[in-house]
Amino acid sequence: MPIQYYIYLCLVLFSIGIIGVLTRRNAIIVFMCVELMLNAVNLLLVAFSKMHHAAALTLNPAATTGIEGQLFVFFIMVVAAAEVSVGLAIIVMLYRNTHSVDINFLNRLKN
Amino acid sequence: MIPVLLILTPLVTGLVSLLLKQSETAKGWALLSSLVSLIIAIAGVFFYPKQQLVFDAAWLPDLGSRFALQMDGMGKMLCLLTAVSFPVIFLATYRNEYRNAGRFYALMLLTQAGLTGVFVATDALLFYFFWELALIPVYFLCSIWGGERRIPVTFKFFIYTFIGSLLMLIGILYVYFHTPDRSFAMHSFYRAVLDARMENFVFWLFFIAFAIKMPVFPFHTWQPDAYEQSPTAVTMVLSGVMVKMGIFAVIRWLLPVFPHASVHFADVVIVLSVIGILYASLIAIRQDDFKRLIAYSSIAHIGLMSAAIFAGKSAGLNGVMVQMFNHGINVIGLWIVADAIEQQLGTRKFSELGGLAQKAPALAVLLAVMAFANIALPLTNAFVGEFLMFNGLFQYNMWMAAVACISVILAAVYTLNMVQKVLYGSTGSITEQAGETAPNVQWALVLLAIGIMVLGVYPQPMINLTKDSVQAVLVNR
Amino acid sequence: MSKLVFLVPLFPLIGFLANGLGRRFLSKPAVSIIGCGAILASFVVSLVLFFDVKANGGGTSTLFNFISVDNFSIPFAFQVDQLSSLFLLIITGIGFLIHLYSSAYMHEEEPQHFGRYFAYLNLFVFSMLLLVMGANYVIMFIGWEGVGLCSYLLIGFWFKNTNYNYAAKKAFVMNRIGDLGFLLAVFWLIFRLGTVSYGDVFANVSKLSTADITAVTTLLFIGAMGKSAQIPLYTWLPDAMAGPTPVSALIHAATMVTAGIYMIARSNILYTLAPATQTLVAVTGLATAVFAATIALKQNDIKKVLAYSTVSQLGYMFLGLGAGAYTGAVFHVMTHAFFKALLFLGAGSVIHAMHHEQDIRKMGGLKKYLPITHITFLLACLAIAGIPPFSGFFSKDEILVAAYAKNPLFYYIGVAGALMTAFYMFRLYTLTFLGNFRGTHEQEHHLHESPWQMTFPLIVLAVLSVLGGFVGIPELFAANAHSLEHFLEPVFAGSNAVAEHHHPEASQEWLMLAGSTAAIVIVIVLAVRLYKNYQPKEETSAGLSKALENKWYVDELYDALIVNPLNALAGFLKNVVEKSGIDGIVNGAGRLVGYGSRQLRLLQSGQVGNYILVMVLAIVVFILIWFNDATITRFFSKIF
Repeated sequence: MPIQYYIYLCLVLFSIGIIGVLTRRNAIIVFMCVELMLNAVNLLLVAFSKMHHAAALTLNPAATTGIEGQLFVFFIMVVAAAEVSVGLAIIVMLYRNTHSVDINFLNRLKN
Repeated sequence: MIPVLLILTPLVTGLVSLLLKQSETAKGWALLSSLVSLIIAIAGVFFYPKQQLVFDAAWLPDLGSRFALQMDGMGKMLCLLTAVSFPVIFLATYRNEYRNAGRFYALMLLTQAGLTGVFVATDALLFYFFWELALIPVYFLCSIWGGERRIPVTFKFFIYTFIGSLLMLIGILYVYFHTPDRSFAMHSFYRAVLDARMENFVFWLFFIAFAIKMPVFPFHTWQPDAYEQSPTAVTMVLSGVMVKMGIFAVIRWLLPVFPHASVHFADVVIVLSVIGILYASLIAIRQDDFKRLIAYSSIAHIGLMSAAIFAGKSAGLNGVMVQMFNHGINVIGLWIVADAIEQQLGTRKFSELGGLAQKAPALAVLLAVMAFANIALPLTNAFVGEFLMFNGLFQYNMWMAAVACISVILAAVYTLNMVQKVLYGSTGSITEQAGETAPNVQWALVLLAIGIMVLGVYPQPMINLTKDSVQAVLVNR
Repeated sequence: MSKLVFLVPLFPLIGFLANGLGRRFLSKPAVSIIGCGAILASFVVSLVLFFDVKANGGGTSTLFNFISVDNFSIPFAFQVDQLSSLFLLIITGIGFLIHLYSSAYMHEEEPQHFGRYFAYLNLFVFSMLLLVMGANYVIMFIGWEGVGLCSYLLIGFWFKNTNYNYAAKKAFVMNRIGDLGFLLAVFWLIFRLGTVSYGDVFANVSKLSTADITAVTTLLFIGAMGKSAQIPLYTWLPDAMAGPTPVSALIHAATMVTAGIYMIARSNILYTLAPATQTLVAVTGLATAVFAATIALKQNDIKKVLAYSTVSQLGYMFLGLGAGAYTGAVFHVMTHAFFKALLFLGAGSVIHAMHHEQDIRKMGGLKKYLPITHITFLLACLAIAGIPPFSGFFSKDEILVAAYAKNPLFYYIGVAGALMTAFYMFRLYTLTFLGNFRGTHEQEHHLHESPWQMTFPLIVLAVLSVLGGFVGIPELFAANAHSLEHFLEPVFAGSNAVAEHHHPEASQEWLMLAGSTAAIVIVIVLAVRLYKNYQPKEETSAGLSKALENKWYVDELYDALIVNPLNALAGFLKNVVEKSGIDGIVNGAGRLVGYGSRQLRLLQSGQVGNYILVMVLAIVVFILIWFNDATITRFFSKIF
């Protein structure tokens, strides 16, 4: 399958993520959108890595080049999982205290 | 070894002083420390052989910077000035009370260490380091122990001088990258190869830093405020010794490093200086505040020094050397009088003073001596310096010298105004209860007055002391 | 001899230190003895030096090296030759008499101030001696400024009076204006010749261009204008009468104000080679002589009349210098020192008797109360008016004859001034000593002749005023009788060699002498008759006489032209330029940063969404910038 399809899909996913983060006020949805962006990047990494590896194989059948991309994906997934757990925990705590998950309501940073 | 001792003595005693709780102990300790420095300085300047005045040790080898110190003629003289000034200042302000005296004197002594370091460093990075070491304690001294408007004024002072320092740091780094051997050593700096355009540019980076410190018109506005608001002991350090840092730095780090640019811009600098001389003198005529008058008078005197430096004639440079010392002790004398009057009467407004000659004859005589030194009357020390400086300026450009000489008249006007309004006339409601000042103040002033007379009648030893530095500047031109 | 030279200024210096430091412990008699003794000792040494010079000629002796840098050096050296030894005698001799006089005149002062007075006076003599003994222009300048300082201190001696302090300050500042010229001349000499020693300068005068010489002499003359009170820098001298009267006699009549004449006489060779400056000197001197004389005509303060008279007489001396009659000028300095010191001391005696009344309209008829003062004062008046054979006649005549040789017009104007001199002096004399007493009864009751310390100097000076002229008998009367000229010959030899002297013919000179003397006698008679029966009237003068009483409004003119504009400028600089201008820019820069950060702070709204939006937009912009157009299109064309 041509690499372009992956790129289009990732661009679309990433943009949806950005637009979601920018427009939604519900903290959980914002969170999901962030996940969407991360996974769009993951998908792209996997796709490029596969392509890179395939290209390297044509020159040298024993080559392992290009698998680093997939390694990164694992890293990102682990970090994302950790981030989600911490983030959700914060959101839950916030909800308990304020009975709201509206991010505009939580702009206490300013003062 | 001598320069190291001169720096270490105030540094160590200053750090010890931080621990002192009793105000009396701190005073005594500081006076003792400054006397030890004085003895070391006198020994170093007059008795020790040349090799004792040089020190060189590894410091930051990766950067090409060494802990290199050396006392040449100018360094000797300025170390002597620093070492003489501090005991006199401590003596004259011995009865002033400071909150947390231990810390006050600690910071004063740290300043002394920084000043001495500036005067003996022969490594640009080390020079910069000491330059800041001298500046930062002063910032705290002013902002903690100063007058009513101390916070904004000190802030201005700090920002002003710090901008200067940063420009200089950029300049130092630029020159450093163009030294033949990538080193901060003074002699490498002197051999740095800069193309003409960049030399002209970097010259201003350095010059502005030094011009702020001196200060040269129009970079002077921090000074009257800072002098007015600082505690007087600090003001004495600022105007007596610290402004000499600027002049010293021009002679040591500007003229030889940028020989072409300093000839190229000599006219600009001299015109600025001459404008500054007249400008400050005229403003001084209308001052009603003792401290501000001295501040503007000092700006005028410093302006003459900077003009004479850039004129680049042997006579003028000799005059600058002598005058650096003389101006230091004269201006400290004036501050002591101003402080004594303010401590006693609680005012330094001329309009509220008057008739002190009846109430305090001894103080009156001493103030008169200081005042006459301030207008460079012959047989006071300032005459020698000003005579030589005007001479140098005259050889450079007689019209500029003639214009600058007008300050001789203006100085007489404002100084005699001051003398008249403080000493003469009849006593007012405030001066009615005035009396003679404390003996420690009088002794400090007597010492300075003797210095003024001796150096005024027999200045030749002082001129001989700094001859080598003058030669060094002239050779590099 | 060289050892003795240092003693001359040393004694007054010791006197100054002893009286200055010991003024609190020493009694008044001790102070007087130290003060007078120091000057007397100097006088004795000066006498020895004088005869030594007369026999063996002068010489210089160096004390130490004052300032020495690589291209020039200034030794602290003294030069005693004919000119300076003569001045030494005048300074220490008259100085001693005035010190003696002061010890009685100032007896009302508290001991502490009495000591201060004598300390200042000794310091003055010391400075004046430095001035005339210095072997180069810098040492002369040291004395030059030193006498200015002492003049300042002594004019403001009674420092509680604010007006006196202003007068003192005015004197110092005006002198400083002159000093500026002097300094520039010294710089010029150093620049061109690399030396300031008289010997070297005069020997190398040929190395200087005429322009140089003219500039140097003009600048030096500006110095002389300040010190010797010539137009336009004369206004300080009448105000200087605020000081004690003996001070006026010593400083503002006999010695300090003649420093300018000494300096020009010393530099005579330079002036002879600069005819333009010589004309300037002559014209300034003549203008001052006549101008000051007109003012003196209408003054009512006994000291003010004498002060303007001094200014006027100094003008004559400069006229003489400008006409090339250096000996004549120095001669007039000498005779003037005698009779003007005598006049001032006589005035002091009158003021002393009148309990500090100085207005001559309130005097009169003092002849019978103060016989010695009267006689000596009259002799001095005759001397200054120029009646033969009193001393003033010879010296003034010598100057006027030289002026005639330069330009006959100078002579006629000069004689007019001399007539005015005779008039105002005898107006002063008549109003003070003749007629009826016009003061209060209490004053009349206390009128008495002064003690011997005051009358003795009067008598000595009177003798000198009468006989002093005989050292300079003109060629006209007897050949080779001008002993002063022979004595001073070596000093002016250089000038005499260069300048050609033309004398008027003998018959014409006789005519001039007789004419002017007759005119003076007529004027004197007129003045005495006019004021003999003077009664004070309540009258408001108008026109010319009002302008004269107000001294031609010169002080007001200076205030309007120089002082006030300068003050206004200083105020403008202080309040506007410094505060709003330079400091405004500095603080403005600070405020601009503050304002900018306040505005930028608004961007930090606290809305996370905004931050992210800005972030995204920034990334997009960066991408657009990073990959320039070509790269971006290539990238997109590749994937699509």
